[in-house]
Amino acid sequence: MLENLLQLPRYRGLIQSLVSRELKARYRGSVLGFFWSFANPLLLLLVYTFVFSYVMRPPEGIHDYALFLFCGLLPWTWFQTSLVESSGVLISGGNLIKKVMFPAEILPIVTVLSNLVHFLFGLIILIVFLVYYQAPLQPVELLWFPIVVIVQLVLTLGFALILSALTVHFRDIKDILGNVMTLWFFATPIIYSWKNPPAQIRRFLDLNPFTHLAVSYQEILYFDGPFGHWKWLLALGGGSVALFLFGYFLFDRLRDSFAEEV
Amino acid sequence: MSNAIELTNVTKVYRKYARRKQFATLKSALLSGSLIHDLQPEETFPALQGVSFNVPAGRTYGIIGRNGSGKSTALKLVAGITKPTTGTVKVDGRISALIELGAGFHPEISGRENVFINGIMLGLTKRDVARRFDEIVEFAEMQDFIDAPVKTYSSGMYMRLGFAVAIHVDPDVLLVDEVLAVGDEGFTHKCLDKFGEFKRRGKTILLVTHALSLVERFCDEALWLDSGKVRGSGDPKRVVGAYLTDVGKSEERELAREDAKSEQRAESHEPTDRDADVQVRSVAEDMTRVDEGRWGSREIEITDVTFRNPQGEASHIFQSGDPMAIHIAVRAHQETEDFVFGIGIYSAEGVNCYGTNTHLEEFTPLQMRGDGEVTIAIGSLELVEGTYKLDVAVHKRDGYPYDYHRLLYTFRVKSRTKEVGIYRPRHTWAFSPNIQVRRDGL
Repeated sequence: MLENLLQLPRYRGLIQSLVSRELKARYRGSVLGFFWSFANPLLLLLVYTFVFSYVMRPPEGIHDYALFLFCGLLPWTWFQTSLVESSGVLISGGNLIKKVMFPAEILPIVTVLSNLVHFLFGLIILIVFLVYYQAPLQPVELLWFPIVVIVQLVLTLGFALILSALTVHFRDIKDILGNVMTLWFFATPIIYSWKNPPAQIRRFLDLNPFTHLAVSYQEILYFDGPFGHWKWLLALGGGSVALFLFGYFLFDRLRDSFAEEV
Repeated sequence: MSNAIELTNVTKVYRKYARRKQFATLKSALLSGSLIHDLQPEETFPALQGVSFNVPAGRTYGIIGRNGSGKSTALKLVAGITKPTTGTVKVDGRISALIELGAGFHPEISGRENVFINGIMLGLTKRDVARRFDEIVEFAEMQDFIDAPVKTYSSGMYMRLGFAVAIHVDPDVLLVDEVLAVGDEGFTHKCLDKFGEFKRRGKTILLVTHALSLVERFCDEALWLDSGKVRGSGDPKRVVGAYLTDVGKSEERELAREDAKSEQRAESHEPTDRDADVQVRSVAEDMTRVDEGRWGSREIEITDVTFRNPQGEASHIFQSGDPMAIHIAVRAHQETEDFVFGIGIYSAEGVNCYGTNTHLEEFTPLQMRGDGEVTIAIGSLELVEGTYKLDVAVHKRDGYPYDYHRLLYTFRVKSRTKEVGIYRPRHTWAFSPNIQVRRDGL
């Protein structure tokens, strides 16, 4: 397993070109093309903002709801899309696995990375929002931002490896996953604040790894005051590395079956 | 000389799922609590059993065998796409596998971008691909279309581009699986030239193909796989020869089985009452209908029909120009004085090649009783290669059928030369001295 893991950097050229192919191919043929990378999160944001500003009351203590929402929604979209796409990626890329000697883990990795690129594009809109709402940003806090992104990357990779490998054997994971992700979304403080629910519910929220990512993003970008969630974040970082290693181990164990099962 | 490829006692077992298990899902696995059990194969299928062979570096090695004999599995093992169940596979040097051409092409993006990605996938760097790019495009004859999205390509274009990329990877070991049917004649020649160049440069080639002439012409050594086992290896001409002999034998068995089957079918359609008898008789008159079957009153019965070769053995395969004897075993259930034996030879398309009977050839029936045998000896089977069907009949002089076997027997004529038509008259060619020819293949 470690041997294979250490081989991975050798494939960075391949990963790089596959990610750029993914990005080029995604919007090929659509009128707006790359603009969709901006338009998609923006439209999603419009929907939620409309619902929570006009249909329902925004949660307590949250002003500038659109900005608050965006801080959690953008990373969530990256996370969710990565998992859903990587669950099917080995099956749709079956041709590569069956016909070419190809390190299969590259496929889920490419999925996560190309969604990372979309996330980074979305950040541009987030910056526009931050400037527009004159959010109280502190440079020291902003230094934490890349760390949060890296923790999320490792966590997402871990999940992506596990899901992609298991889906080869159990095709219905793909269908289950759509519903699980909806539940997961509402169990994460994205449309509401972590501080809103009562304490005993919050304890359950703490078990959700994405809670700590969302809260970290919100504290860094939205809330005033020092970044107080860093202990949670570092713990999650450690857990993510463990999950990634476990995911890679599982993937590696099942690797030989892929060529026959997809 | 060192070996570029070494397979030692390799066995590859595939799982064979029962239909029920094919759609094994998480739900069913959880419900029946057989999560682990379902992952265990119920039945296995050995694609390769204890196969060993070595390919010395710089040699061209051919693998032949029937469909399902394990050729492609062997190639996939060498390519490292699958792992052997037991045994070891060792390959020395960079591999390029021409197994599925253009696997990994993305339909939405241009040929140019796909060439780069495909090249990188096969182990080149971006700079390598850039350096060889023009050569690749030129080889694939794709200059005009390289910037169009791959989804607009014809299948020939797609394959040519895939082939061009794979062959320009500059591998030490080239694996080729039945891919020479990629383009038109011209392109095929170009591919063969490229293989020749590889050979000259001392690269190792492993070729899996049904094109036996290619193996004979091109390979230094050949391996014959049959049901996952090595049946023979060594000099390509001898291996191909042995393989062809074996194919002939199994065709023979196949024909014998078919004959038995169609006789059985005819038996089961046998009419039982008198009305049916009249009805079948009208069918008998309709000679243009090419339907196999059996009818007649069975006062005289044809009990067996065999073809015999010059050695007197029962056979279904004959060389064009060989003698053939048709033995017809008959049984008369009562003594009769009115009987005619006849045969008809039909081509696979149903064309009557020849028909005769004892009446036409002016034999006058005198008396017949009990079991007997009629033999028609054909001195020389002057037919071109193909499959032929035989009618055998015994009837009264007025046509009333005792036992009529319509197209129930099959024999195959083989020929080294592939002339067309049906009838192959014995002939020779002569040329005046100023016309010079050479007879090939003798």
